[in-house]
Amino acid sequence: MESFRFCFLMLTIAILASPALSDLVLSKVDRRRPYVLQIYLTSHIVRISSTVKVENAGPEKESLVLLAFPEQQAKNMAYLMAAPHEGKGKVKNPVVALPVKAANPKDMPAALTFYSVSLPQGLAEGDSFTFDVLAVFTHALRPIPEQITQADIQLVLYQDSAHYLSPYAVKVQSLSVKLPDSRIESYTKLENTKIHGSEIKYGPYENLPSFSYSPIAVHFESNLPFAVAQELVREIEISHWGNVQVTEHYKLIHGGAQSKGEFSRLDFLARPIVRGASAFRYLVANLPPRAHSVYYRDEIGNISTSHLRGDSKKTELLIEPRYPMFGGWRTAFTIGYGLPLQDFLYESDGKRFLNITFSSPMVELVIDALIVKVVLPEGSSDISVAAPFPVEQWQETKISHLDIDGRPVVVLKKTNVVPEHNQFFQVYYHFSQLSMLREPLMLISGFFFFFVACIVYMHADISISKSSASYLAKRQWEEVQAVVQQVQNIISRCLTIHDNLEASLRDLSRTGNIQACKAARKAADGLLKELSKELKPLLTFLQSSPSAAQVEELVAKERELQEKVMVKHSTVVDGYEKKLGARDIENRVALQQQKLTALRQEVDDLLEFIDEI
Amino acid sequence: MSNSSTSDLLKPFKLKTKQQELLIRVSILCLVYILAFITRLFSVLRYESMIHEFDPYFNYRTTLYLTQHGFYDFWNWFDYESWYPLGRIVGGTLYPGLMVTAALIYRLLHFLRFAVHIREVCVLTAPFFASNTTLVAYFFGKEIWDSGAGLVAAILIAVCPGYISRSVAGSYDNEGVAIFALLFTFYLFVKAVNTGSLAWGLASAFGYFYMVSAWGGYVFIINLIPLYVLVLLITGRYSMRLYVAYNCMYILGMLLAMQIRFVGFQHVQSGEHMAAMGVFFLMQVFYFLDWVKHMLSDTKLFQEFLRITVTCAIAAGGIALGVGMASGYISPWTGRFYSLLDPTYAKDHIPIIASVSEHQPTAWSSFMFDFHILLFLFPAGLYFCFKRLSDATIFIVMYGLTSMYFAGVMVRLILVATPAVCLISAIAVSATVKNLTVLLRSKNKVAQIGSTKGTSSAKASSKASLDQSQPFQKNGAMALLFGAFYLLSRYATHCTWVTSEAYSSPSIVLAARGAHGNRVIFDDYREAYFWLWQNTPPDAKVMSWWDYGYQITAMGNRTVIVDNNTWNNTHIATVGRAMSSYEDEAYEIIRSLDVDYVLVVFGGVTGYSSDDINKFLWMVRIGGGVFPVIKEPDYLVNGEYRIDKGAAPKMLNCLMYKLSYYRFGEMMTEYGKPPGYDRARGVEIGNKNIKLEHLEEAFTTSNWIVRIYKVKPPNNRW
Repeated sequence: MESFRFCFLMLTIAILASPALSDLVLSKVDRRRPYVLQIYLTSHIVRISSTVKVENAGPEKESLVLLAFPEQQAKNMAYLMAAPHEGKGKVKNPVVALPVKAANPKDMPAALTFYSVSLPQGLAEGDSFTFDVLAVFTHALRPIPEQITQADIQLVLYQDSAHYLSPYAVKVQSLSVKLPDSRIESYTKLENTKIHGSEIKYGPYENLPSFSYSPIAVHFESNLPFAVAQELVREIEISHWGNVQVTEHYKLIHGGAQSKGEFSRLDFLARPIVRGASAFRYLVANLPPRAHSVYYRDEIGNISTSHLRGDSKKTELLIEPRYPMFGGWRTAFTIGYGLPLQDFLYESDGKRFLNITFSSPMVELVIDALIVKVVLPEGSSDISVAAPFPVEQWQETKISHLDIDGRPVVVLKKTNVVPEHNQFFQVYYHFSQLSMLREPLMLISGFFFFFVACIVYMHADISISKSSASYLAKRQWEEVQAVVQQVQNIISRCLTIHDNLEASLRDLSRTGNIQACKAARKAADGLLKELSKELKPLLTFLQSSPSAAQVEELVAKERELQEKVMVKHSTVVDGYEKKLGARDIENRVALQQQKLTALRQEVDDLLEFIDEI
Repeated sequence: MSNSSTSDLLKPFKLKTKQQELLIRVSILCLVYILAFITRLFSVLRYESMIHEFDPYFNYRTTLYLTQHGFYDFWNWFDYESWYPLGRIVGGTLYPGLMVTAALIYRLLHFLRFAVHIREVCVLTAPFFASNTTLVAYFFGKEIWDSGAGLVAAILIAVCPGYISRSVAGSYDNEGVAIFALLFTFYLFVKAVNTGSLAWGLASAFGYFYMVSAWGGYVFIINLIPLYVLVLLITGRYSMRLYVAYNCMYILGMLLAMQIRFVGFQHVQSGEHMAAMGVFFLMQVFYFLDWVKHMLSDTKLFQEFLRITVTCAIAAGGIALGVGMASGYISPWTGRFYSLLDPTYAKDHIPIIASVSEHQPTAWSSFMFDFHILLFLFPAGLYFCFKRLSDATIFIVMYGLTSMYFAGVMVRLILVATPAVCLISAIAVSATVKNLTVLLRSKNKVAQIGSTKGTSSAKASSKASLDQSQPFQKNGAMALLFGAFYLLSRYATHCTWVTSEAYSSPSIVLAARGAHGNRVIFDDYREAYFWLWQNTPPDAKVMSWWDYGYQITAMGNRTVIVDNNTWNNTHIATVGRAMSSYEDEAYEIIRSLDVDYVLVVFGGVTGYSSDDINKFLWMVRIGGGVFPVIKEPDYLVNGEYRIDKGAAPKMLNCLMYKLSYYRFGEMMTEYGKPPGYDRARGVEIGNKNIKLEHLEEAFTTSNWIVRIYKVKPPNNRW
């Protein structure tokens, strides 16, 4: 921690000290007390909120007001904002903030850092203007003692000035210091010092000259989480398929008093409040509403201690680090969540822009170095960023799933970030709707070519030596197989014809229509003749092949079967023509039928046998 | 099984039976491929995508190093973070196959623009290779029997618990790819023997190379294949095919294997590899004799020549071996090899091997657990194999029998036996089902014909009368078929249950049932390791029992004294000695090892039984093996290991006891029990007033499973 930091503090009514100007600031509204300077020490982030009434006592028109901070304090300053005062309450993000700029006026003490606030309009002589200033400081509390044991309470020291340090004369001023707890180890007693519970009040002081300084120190108990992210990398990845994926990598340290000596789990379990007062066990993150797919993990895996509650306004994520965080202990983890695209991505003037908060969703977290990476979809162009405060900025490329030349990444870097920085910023870019189809098309074509390759492989002949014996044999075998298949087809068609004939016989026995039966016979004869014609060249082809014998046998059997069927058919039709009794006809064909069945069986067996070659 | 019956069903579409059969076969294979993958994902669904157990963490760490620093840095990597202060030459002391495979997959995926994390690749490597193994099993089964047996083998091996135990998602261990490589090598070799093709022989040499690069179990291949060749020679099945296959595979495989630094010249220098070389020379003798026989027509002369040659060859081989052994050129068998041949060897001579639970002899229940019905199908399959002896079936029989023996010696070797058991069982299933369906089919056809030709039923029955010697044959066949399918479905159920209940726990994260039936997660290991990583100096040295070494370096990123690569017994014994000494003696050792933190695992609060107190006797034994000042009886009371009031005084005051039970005496662990009640062992501890002088508690995890102590600097001397 910094070796020394004294002074700092605020609100004043001042008369401009610089020779040419004479402004003066008046007393304030609130609680009928003159100007109120409030220092909030209720967390490890120090917030100094002041309401200043400036009055121009000089003849010339003034439009700039200077704010002064001691150098040590300015070093820790994370955030400074001024806004016109609007009634009661402390300064909140107002509608219009006053522009604040670092100033470097001449003839001023070197140990002070100045900022100038531009007033909306110049102050004429005698005019006054009231505005609020909020300054936020990090690392401003120094733990004393610097090392504590598990059972000790953490005490911190805060140093500042009771008088409002200002280049102007101050008419009336008071100071209140708000502490987290009423347990105060010690504090500087000046005139007009009062304690109300956890609040220390200094003042009011009247008619202070410019640059008046009255050091105070408050040493008090603070067991609030001193969560400091030494580094936070936020990656915001936009997918135009409907998701904004936020991934945050934290490197966290407990920034309070270092723990020393033993850590006893037994004590911690038994009396966590007493024996672990300075440790913090969990952190709370307020995620945007409708956040989904939340995860919480670290380098070595998922961390199971987290809770998620959500309603329509926000999603609250409570995460516990793997172990309680004592002073000086570190941890590192990653949280990630998805957000619906339509809540954050808008379009204006043909450009798309992402509108999302800049900083971490964690409550009361100090971030020493924050890097925000906005990963835009591949093919985005014309990228520009609008941030509410100055940030370092550059561009990178990230290669992710199915990218060809990578996605453009806008990187924003800012040091010393406090929750007040959690404001919206915008990234504008051009992105054609058609580019969205690029990745699916790539996948589709990838699979397409894969299948095409398979088909080509199956159908193409990729043998190297077209004349080798094994290759020729293989080719020949394939041909033979094809022919055998054809033969089989023909035979099975023949068998179907036989079945048709049988069916026609059955019809005959039922209806007695001899003509129809004869017609069927005629058709069958024609078909069979054709088939036998087809069969001939195939058989001659097969003659030399090893399976010729079986095929020939099959064909012969089929012939025989065919003849038998014909004979049977003729017999039956004959019988009907001669008007013989059904029983008579059956007796006649009984013998043929037996042979037929046997033959049919043989043909079937042969077919199956050939099938299995 | 389903192949033949479905193709039967589809007979009506006779037109393209062949293609349909092919289609069905390919679809079944695809489904099996997917099934083998997804059945191993239980652990990812139950827990998360993480690396399991102990060794996989080392593999993960090295893979990470490989992907980050490239192959040459990996090859030359000297690891300062383990075996402090000795260090470890990682590149030369590991089998790089697994890491290189994962890194290649990772590179390939990135080349195809899939930006996956290397951890996901590592987690899914084992399931991916298990899927590939099913394909190999199919082809292997097809090679030794028929495609039906191949399909059954693919299905059986896809879900067999014996294999799943080492290949679930997250168990990123050598075995994950090695079983694939093993089976693949065997398949290629059998293919080479069957075809006599030089191409297949070459392929099997490369398969062998991959196996050597992946796992120390390659010794099994280099001994089984010569044994197989020897058996073929003895049974008179010597052929040119065998000659080509073996010579090609052995010579090329040996040369390739020498490229792996960890293996080096062992193929020509180590006793374990000599069998292969002996058989190689024997093959040449055989070839030579064959040639001479061909040249000499006189059988008598040949007999004489044979006698002389064989005697000379054996004598020359014996002398060469003897000289090699005596001169130390050929190293004798290692203890690990002996412990395989003689199950009692390790217990007496190498406590560090015996202390590992997966090196224990296998209990019958484990066989039943891991094989289920395969245990009964295995003998049946052997029967079928003997009935149809061929070069291929002889191989699978030998593989099955030898690996079953080794599976009986060591629990972890069940893994090696699994593919053989699956293949042989597949033969049994396939042959049985085929026989039964043939019976059913022939009858069906008769019945069918009988019905279409109503008049001929008499004829049909006369046709069937051929088989009528066995009545109810059809019904019997049906019943048997249903029985077979019932058994197989039981097997599938059993496998799924075992996978989900027993083999899908990462063992880093422990899960238990809470009082209300809810699932309680104990994530203490990672809590402790992450604490070490974040909150200790980067150069801190951590002393723990060797089991946790890999995890501490991988997850805690800190230097350890000993780890799971138990290459230096003395170093481990030193740690064992420190743990079993009194605190001030231990402090001397700890100081001499420059230790900053001591880590112990303690299950007394949660009832977690594989903690350091239960392993303590092994520490004493291993420590005592090197340092005789540590005597096991000092820690026992009448040969009994106790930690309660009746425990031995040395036990109650040794470092391990103190570190485990420090301040435990004040803790109420269970309602109705006195404070200091140890739930893992079910007793009240004997020493509740533990004071530490040289160490202080630095961190204890939320369930006390891991306790880390900081070593205090020595006291100032004035």
